Amino acid sequence: MRKFDTKVQYLKYKVLCEVAKHTWNDTLLENIWDIPKTISPGKVPTMRCCVYKERAILAQRVKMAMGGDKSKSNVIEVIDIACDECPAAGYEITDSCRGCLAHRCEDACKRGAITFDNNHVAHIDKTKCVECGACAKVCPFSAIANRKRPCQVACKVKAISINEDNAAAIDDDKCTSCGACVYQCPFGAITDKSFILDAIKLVKDSEGNSKYKVYALVAPSISSQFGYAKLGQVVRGLKELGFYTVIEAALGADMVAYSESKELSEKGFLTSSCCPAFVQYIKSSFPDLLPYVSHNLSPMATLAKYIKSKDEKAKVVFIGPCTAKKAEVQNEDVKPYVDAVLTFEELQALYDSKDIDITTLPEDVLENASYFGRIFARSGGLSDAVVQALKEQNIDFEVKPVVCDGIEECRTALLKKRKNVLNANFIEGMSCVGGCIGGAGCLTHGEKNKSEVDKYGNEALEKTITNAISVLK
Amino acid sequence: MKITICIGSSCHVKGSRQVVEKLEKLIERHSLSDKVELTGTFCLGKCQQGVCVKIGDEFFSVSPDTVEEFFSKNVLSEK
Repeated sequence: MRKFDTKVQYLKYKVLCEVAKHTWNDTLLENIWDIPKTISPGKVPTMRCCVYKERAILAQRVKMAMGGDKSKSNVIEVIDIACDECPAAGYEITDSCRGCLAHRCEDACKRGAITFDNNHVAHIDKTKCVECGACAKVCPFSAIANRKRPCQVACKVKAISINEDNAAAIDDDKCTSCGACVYQCPFGAITDKSFILDAIKLVKDSEGNSKYKVYALVAPSISSQFGYAKLGQVVRGLKELGFYTVIEAALGADMVAYSESKELSEKGFLTSSCCPAFVQYIKSSFPDLLPYVSHNLSPMATLAKYIKSKDEKAKVVFIGPCTAKKAEVQNEDVKPYVDAVLTFEELQALYDSKDIDITTLPEDVLENASYFGRIFARSGGLSDAVVQALKEQNIDFEVKPVVCDGIEECRTALLKKRKNVLNANFIEGMSCVGGCIGGAGCLTHGEKNKSEVDKYGNEALEKTITNAISVLK
Repeated sequence: MKITICIGSSCHVKGSRQVVEKLEKLIERHSLSDKVELTGTFCLGKCQQGVCVKIGDEFFSVSPDTVEEFFSKNVLSEK
């Protein structure tokens, strides 16, 4: 079974794996300059124009694997020499245009930007075109192509522009660190900083969890990942890596659902605060709506806070599908509770850096959360949990949720709220389409992921939120 | 007196929630809520012997069926 969706992910994984291997062995410093050549050996290039460029880019990837540019707080960075400076001309007529009679493109264009030459072939007047794409939709020959850069198409918050060197540039004030561009850039030129070194250091310095204990918090979307093994083996693998124990972040989701539903009934209107990219989007683009954001910490931070209240010396590593979580832990209110954030991509690299084949391991159990905490991993789950939590607490409040699946739907709901025309009292905002299972740090993004999460939810021992959190004293 | 109950995965599967609930009821029945404090922890490192319970530093292996016995032997006698 394939472990990754794309070869870009695989390349990133190979770099992470090498960096991690040397970190475990304390040999990183003396080998750091050799990693690019290890990954791109010989004289024949396999990815770029020559092996030297490949290695130059790989050196930058090594830097990102080691935490990237420490002077920049954004966890997403452009590796400028890796940016292929894709054409960015917008909509263009291609040579598939047959010069037909119908001229649907001309009729579809509200701006009068389409003209025809003597051979009846269409042309777009760039001074009039607003890049709406209406012409491309109606052309029966699919002759109109959108030459927009994949990173810019992916970035729905419009944080990516093109700099004077023709490379992609991120506006850090607008960027929500969702990672959509990271996953979509076909050249792997935009990438998330890794904190894999911090995680390894935490585990190593614990001296077998004797000095302090290292807790792994895993996001419920893990149920849709590592499809080549059993979830119990994934858990066992984490212990083999040296984590003291593994806990479902979904238990934190149960805790959040319980208190967020109460907060909603008291305030009458709320937007969710679970998704850090969504919260960041409100901060940067809808600051007037900030008072409506739930005061609850995210499930990750809520549970990490609980763990540290029980074990003062505890260190917590969160493992999930999300690049924005890496940004969330830089916030002052979360920083004390979570010590490092890893993605599922990085977890795969960790396993392989220690030659741990999880498929050969016995199964461990992972059983902390309820059905409702677990389904937070997919769009709609949070709203279902809030409805359930109100019911369980006998709170008489009618929730009218608007489930925003992806940042574009979030924007629509927030715009409506701003104009007071939103017919809902709860905004579930998830930046990634599909919810967390669509996160940029996922190994795979498949159609079955949602049903995998629901299946995992149904397998939960605890069927209610109240039961799941009743053990928390 | 502080009773620590493991609520990690392995103990959860073996019934730590039921153990917590039964202990709460027993504490209430014996009016000990100001003397006995219940608290949770994730994993005491003895998963095979779950549900893992500790009074102070002393370790006990308890199951939902043996809660009452554990309570009268170790809590009621000590209070």
